[in-house]
Amino acid sequence: MTAEPQNYLNGEYTIKSWLLTTDHKRIGLLYLLTILFFFVIAAFAAGLMRLELLTPQGDLVSSDTYNKLFTIHGVMMVWFFLIPSIPSVLGNFLVPLMIGARDVAFPRLNLLSWYLFVLGGFFTFHAVILGGVDTGWTFYTPYSSTYSNSHVTEMALGIFIAGFGSILTGLNFIITIQKMRAPGLTWFRLPLFIWSMFATSIILVLATPVLAITLLLMGVERIWGIGIFNPKLGGDPVLFQHLFWFYSHPAVYIMILPGMGVVSEIIPCFSRKQIFGYKFVAFSSVAIAVIGFLVWGHHMFVSSQSIYAGMAFSLLSFLVSIPSAIKVFNWTATLYRGSISFEAPMLYVLGFIGLFVVGGLTGLFLATLAVDVHVHGTYFVVAHFHYIMVGGMVTAFMAGIHFWWPKITGRLYPEKWAQFSAIILFIGFNLTFFPQFVLGYLGMPRRVHEYAPEFQVYNVLSTAGATILGVGYLLPLIYLLWSLKNGPRADQNPWQAAGLEWKTASPPPEHNFEETPVITEEAYAYPPLTSSQPTPEEPHG
Amino acid sequence: MAERTTTIAKQFEDLPQQREAVTLGMWTFLATEVLFFGGLFLVYSVYRHFYFNAFAAASKHTDVVYGTVNSVILITSSLTMALGVRAAKLIQYRNTIRFLLLTVCLGLAFLAVKGFEYHKDITDRLVPGLDFNPDLPLHGQIFFWLYWTMTGLHALHVIIGLGVISTMIGLLSRRNGRPVHAHSIENAGLYWHFVDIVWIYLYPLLYLVGRHS
Amino acid sequence: MNFPIFPKSASTTAVQTDHLFFLLLAFSAVMMALIFLPMFFFLYKYRRQSNADRSSRKLPTEYIEITWTVIPVFISLAFFALGARAYFNEEVPPADTLQINCVGKQWMWKFQHQEGNREINELHLPVDRPVTLTLASEDVIHSFYVPAFRIKQDVVPGRFTTEWFQPTSTGSYRFYCTEYCGMDHAKMAGTVIVMTPADYQDWLEHGSVRDTLAQSGEALFRTLGCSGCHAGNSAIHAPPLEGLYGRLVPLSDGTFVRADDQYLRDSILNPASQITAGYAPVMPAYAGRLSEENLLQLIAYLKSLAKETPPKTP
Repeated sequence: MTAEPQNYLNGEYTIKSWLLTTDHKRIGLLYLLTILFFFVIAAFAAGLMRLELLTPQGDLVSSDTYNKLFTIHGVMMVWFFLIPSIPSVLGNFLVPLMIGARDVAFPRLNLLSWYLFVLGGFFTFHAVILGGVDTGWTFYTPYSSTYSNSHVTEMALGIFIAGFGSILTGLNFIITIQKMRAPGLTWFRLPLFIWSMFATSIILVLATPVLAITLLLMGVERIWGIGIFNPKLGGDPVLFQHLFWFYSHPAVYIMILPGMGVVSEIIPCFSRKQIFGYKFVAFSSVAIAVIGFLVWGHHMFVSSQSIYAGMAFSLLSFLVSIPSAIKVFNWTATLYRGSISFEAPMLYVLGFIGLFVVGGLTGLFLATLAVDVHVHGTYFVVAHFHYIMVGGMVTAFMAGIHFWWPKITGRLYPEKWAQFSAIILFIGFNLTFFPQFVLGYLGMPRRVHEYAPEFQVYNVLSTAGATILGVGYLLPLIYLLWSLKNGPRADQNPWQAAGLEWKTASPPPEHNFEETPVITEEAYAYPPLTSSQPTPEEPHG
Repeated sequence: MAERTTTIAKQFEDLPQQREAVTLGMWTFLATEVLFFGGLFLVYSVYRHFYFNAFAAASKHTDVVYGTVNSVILITSSLTMALGVRAAKLIQYRNTIRFLLLTVCLGLAFLAVKGFEYHKDITDRLVPGLDFNPDLPLHGQIFFWLYWTMTGLHALHVIIGLGVISTMIGLLSRRNGRPVHAHSIENAGLYWHFVDIVWIYLYPLLYLVGRHS
Repeated sequence: MNFPIFPKSASTTAVQTDHLFFLLLAFSAVMMALIFLPMFFFLYKYRRQSNADRSSRKLPTEYIEITWTVIPVFISLAFFALGARAYFNEEVPPADTLQINCVGKQWMWKFQHQEGNREINELHLPVDRPVTLTLASEDVIHSFYVPAFRIKQDVVPGRFTTEWFQPTSTGSYRFYCTEYCGMDHAKMAGTVIVMTPADYQDWLEHGSVRDTLAQSGEALFRTLGCSGCHAGNSAIHAPPLEGLYGRLVPLSDGTFVRADDQYLRDSILNPASQITAGYAPVMPAYAGRLSEENLLQLIAYLKSLAKETPPKTP
């Protein structure tokens, strides 16, 4: 057994060295463990919900419990899993590596971000233990601020604190990317993952404070009973919705942009060629971030907001879909004349494209005013956002975890099992959520645990799909953990991929690079292909 | 005005990179603060638009003397802060400490005046939900919870700012001959000026609504 | 188990909405074909083991990018315009609709017909006649949704919202609350029963015959003391209410406001917020002393005075 060289994992093993680390790579792993914890709780809540929905009657759990289940599911998935997932796990690990830096700009602030996340998560989890919250993750007033008897304030406090962790992470990435790129690494030589992380960080930094003040005001109203959003005291409940969605719509771009960045890294690698339309893909991330701030009212078409405001938001919502479409076209065009292989990261990415296209197209249905009037508040919306967030984001996260697993852990995962899991996930996902589009147009409202009998067939299909989806998530958990001890060791660049992170050891040393790299070539500078293409060597240790 | 070799944090290549990173960091943080207060200002604007008369009537009950005195104190403290930053750039550490101390004193004076003002507001029954003054219209309560929230959040930021400046004073006093980066003082100054600017917006919005009539 | 694939279409709005839906569906199918077919083709032709021609080919990247940016923009504009036009039609009611009041509260729906008939969780309507619902909430935000009519409107406390539709076929259609409103949100549903005009007339007459909305409102007008100041012969100088509804009202701050439902509501609940020019702010506030239903009845009464002329001021 050859001696392992010093790397960021085996330098020090003490708990203290992990809990007081300022190494961005270790912080990324701390985030990974924490978000997994919340994912499991939120997924369990979803499992119970889907079991309840097998029958039209509310017979498994009480109304109150069901209301708390969908709230826990939404709150934990959005704020404690999806938002931190790629940025705080993969972003933290990869951003300095991809730009040739030793760490992020403010390593201690980075650790503070994680502690804020954990503290916020603790309050949220504690609110659940005490009995939960029944307002839905959207906390609409005046129900949340005046009527609900659940632990709203504590959960809002948890989200508020975790929000500051998000803000600091975004701030850190902006400064790091802006100021700490290696010599020769101009903006247009950056990996597209960095472009998408930069755009995501802009949103993190500008949108999250508005959530903070909104939750603060809602909490103040709950505690002191003054009329901020309570119409009986002169307040405007719809104002809450404007404030809430002003953050929460850009938030969905926080969730998807990093996933798109991952896709932009993986497709060139597994096609062995330069991405098509680099600049357009890069600028589309910025366009999504900017236009994404202007569409929040599309969540409020029937809220009693002015119909002219509705029209403006509808138009902008159509426009925000364009940059995403451009990315999909460019990814597809990259495949042309490439040399394509189908390892797990590529399978997940192809699944992403399929599911994201469906999610994105159904977004157009929702942007169309008259159609939205019919499907708002129904399972159509639920299906749409799960296609984007789960079919899109979580799939991209799986792709990224597999792609960079050798770099992060120094081990290879078992390829056949991973390919199998990717396919299981794709099948399970579609079976779970496609029937929900039908349910939505038929008129089944969301957030209900009992429903009209004619909706049952689709609910049963959906629950069956959820079981398969669960297997698709469980398998990677098992084999990835297994690979930590038993997987073959990875060498520096098992995928023969382009990118600075592959030019250092797997796992990297604590200081990332022995010498600061100097960049002289474009991103994704894969060697030109010919028709008789020698296959790159199998990933090996 | 050459800067002698000083400690550079290990993630940075050189001092200019550190200085630029830290400064950009502070500006970015201030952007988040603008959005944070901005949400509150938006809520204020909406309700003022709905209930202008009630706002004007309620605003007359704020104490414009306290408010004006505080404005003068805070603007002066921005001046002393700016002078402190200048002294730091000229590597005149004793002057820097003096100006920073002056800024802290002015900041504390601001908080003291605010304390007296809050006390008066409470005895005048201007706290919504706490035996609110019945002579004021119903929607005057909206004005006043905005008043308490906006000035309260602002005061919290003043306290944080004083903490930051005091930390700078501490670093300067105990530097043992090692130079302290002028950009640290400058960034503390940026934060303090931001706190001042927020007040400059708060003052007319809270104290001067309809006062000309 | 029966399973429907598509909801019944029972209103004029449903026809429009379904047209748009199918158009979007067709567009989506085309888009998916345009993306997935080339994708599958490339994945197959250029798979690693194949010896397809992979030599680098100079493509007019910029032209391609601009084309596939600009074309979607135009398609988006088209769908936006179609959607906006249909939306405008379904939000702005035609003249002369049947007016019905609807109050949502945790966790039931109460309807009041102008003729006085009241229903809970059921709404009887005549076919082929446009209906406007005036919606009010006693507590939190609800949302009134009839899938077969393809219409939905949030019911927001503190204000009136309206929703119009024209049923096109008789039958029973479910309605739901689609804005989560607390514990029994899932149970807050009911049925719209659309009848022939003759059957509807029959139902109105044989239903629990009570005072019309306006009559109930008039009774409230007296018992709540409104007539004490607002009747023509009162000693207190109060604005006359005859002919008020729909007129422009001058306010004490110099602005004008239209006396619509929301104005009447705000003036009853919190009169101090808008003082009519030339009058002292002495009217007591009725906030907290009236249910939404009572408010709607009072407003119905005031609307019935809209055609009368105000008495001569002394």
